[in-house]
Amino acid sequence: MVVCLSNNYYVCTGCALLCDDIEVELEGSSLVKVHSACRKGVARMKGCETPLECAVNGKSTDTDTAIKEAARILSNAENPLIFGHGNSSSQAQRKAIAIARKTGAYLDDTSSFCQGPIIEAILQGKLRTCTLDEVKDRADVIVFWGADPSSSHPRHMSRYSYFPRGKERQRGWEEDRTAICIDVRKSDTAEICGNNGTYIIPPGEDAEFMDALVSGLSNKVPKTSFDFDKKRILELTNILKKAKFGVIFAGLGLVYSLKDLEPLFALMDKLNSVSSFHLIPMVGQYNMRGSNHNIFEETGYVNRVKFGTEVLHGPEYSVVEALKEKAVDAALIIGSDPLSSLPLSVARYLTEIPLITIDPCQTLTSSKSDVTIPCALAGVESGGTAIRMDGVEVEMKKIIETDRLSDEEILTRILEAL
Amino acid sequence: MLTMASVMEIYQLLPKTNCKECGKSTCMAFAVDLLARKVKVEDCLPLVREEKYRANYQKLSEIITPVGDVTETGLIVHEDKCIGCGNCVVACPVNVAADPFGAGSGKAPTSDKVILKVEDGIVRAKNVEECRRFGENKILCVACIDTCPTKAIEFV
Ligand code: SF4
Ligand code: SF4
Ligand code: SF4
Repeated sequence: MVVCLSNNYYVCTGCALLCDDIEVELEGSSLVKVHSACRKGVARMKGCETPLECAVNGKSTDTDTAIKEAARILSNAENPLIFGHGNSSSQAQRKAIAIARKTGAYLDDTSSFCQGPIIEAILQGKLRTCTLDEVKDRADVIVFWGADPSSSHPRHMSRYSYFPRGKERQRGWEEDRTAICIDVRKSDTAEICGNNGTYIIPPGEDAEFMDALVSGLSNKVPKTSFDFDKKRILELTNILKKAKFGVIFAGLGLVYSLKDLEPLFALMDKLNSVSSFHLIPMVGQYNMRGSNHNIFEETGYVNRVKFGTEVLHGPEYSVVEALKEKAVDAALIIGSDPLSSLPLSVARYLTEIPLITIDPCQTLTSSKSDVTIPCALAGVESGGTAIRMDGVEVEMKKIIETDRLSDEEILTRILEAL
Repeated sequence: MLTMASVMEIYQLLPKTNCKECGKSTCMAFAVDLLARKVKVEDCLPLVREEKYRANYQKLSEIITPVGDVTETGLIVHEDKCIGCGNCVVACPVNVAADPFGAGSGKAPTSDKVILKVEDGIVRAKNVEECRRFGENKILCVACIDTCPTKAIEFV
């Protein structure tokens, strides 16, 4: 694994692209100008409008008291839940795993309802992958499937996947690369791929479209129940066949529409028997993939685990099931806002149990928490490492000083206080 | 947000009296210049002065923004639409030639000669005299327009 480091450049933690070419201008201890980050990244780096307060039961307090109270809640719980992790450094994630181990907790992260299965398949060697740098230098056919980087990862196409010149792609995107967008709607990314490069399929039919592509690649008639123009499918399979270095960027649209990954495995196998294809998951939160890697190293699973005398794993240990079944009796939420991101019917139970939130900013979840501990903003006020969407480790440097502890320091102190 | 107002749209909102107070021979001529930002809405004196044109004056002022940001080549960045994706930065042929290993390779620009670069999440235009649409050998370059996912760049 490569560690990207340069002297004057910082890393943006606005998404899992972890752009590492960001320059800043400082005035005292605040960022006044950010160069090269996209709008989303600048919003993240300039910090939150409403920082989280350190409080226990709604009353402000000092960090020591809040940490003690958090440790007390976790020790008293029989089955605590530790959830979040996608917005934490890898170092903080390892501490969270240690706390889960010590308290016999349920441990899950947001990949549980997004890219988890794909990352697991990559870590198990079931899907061929590559790095974004290889995409930049070599990729000639780029497929965005159920992904809209123009909205989710604004610099994806300019930094790596389509527009930049790379070692074997010196003539620019018009001549050297073909971008394809497969989606249920005409997204901003589809606008760039153009009408010829855009394939709009009905929601939930991704598996069937994959099967049709496999047929086309096998020189059979590509039939679909939704009657997709066969000529267009064959045009696409021709492009895929001719790829020297192909890559599929798998977005949430693809993940959500597949019941299991078999159709994707079949397509990737077929593609790799006729040309050369790789797959990279469009991971959202900046270190979601790091969380999967760290939990995998510790337990052999990427998420949905329960610690005890042995490590249990399965859908029943996912955050959604644990809350639905009311199987947990306290929760520690780190850098995540489940009350906003999970269905309310599931997340509401969090308000019935002792709840601890660690976050730089106020969130709906923090507003319902018994203990809130503000942490430094990763990549700006604290350093550490994180894993980019393609599995490359990136080192983040602190830009400005703060009184707030990093999430790693807070979790270390909770661990000590247990 | 209104985009790319047409000459006709602008003309419809003018007094259409050809009074010549603005110095142009017809309201249509004024509309053409207004679209190119060569004149200001306020240069149409009756529009500003007369109560009956108030609504049209307001509407025109909304259409013809941002007046101050037009560069010499006519390049306008609609800042409210730009998401700072950098597609235009990496695609602009002048940027690529001036900075092949920075902007041209997808990374932060490392040369002062680039035209487009992203600051605080929004693209800024500098060195516009270098734009391929400008000067003696001008060509109709569309690299920055075609690669923008939000149609934030416009030439007037
Ligand atoms: S694309 Fe993602 S990592 Fe890059 S600048 Fe934008 S938010 Fe930051
Ligand atoms: S028109 Fe062409 S040369 Fe001018 S700024 Fe746009 S991309 Fe660059
Ligand atoms: S391509 Fe459009 S949205 Fe992206 S930086 Fe340029 S003007 Fe802004």
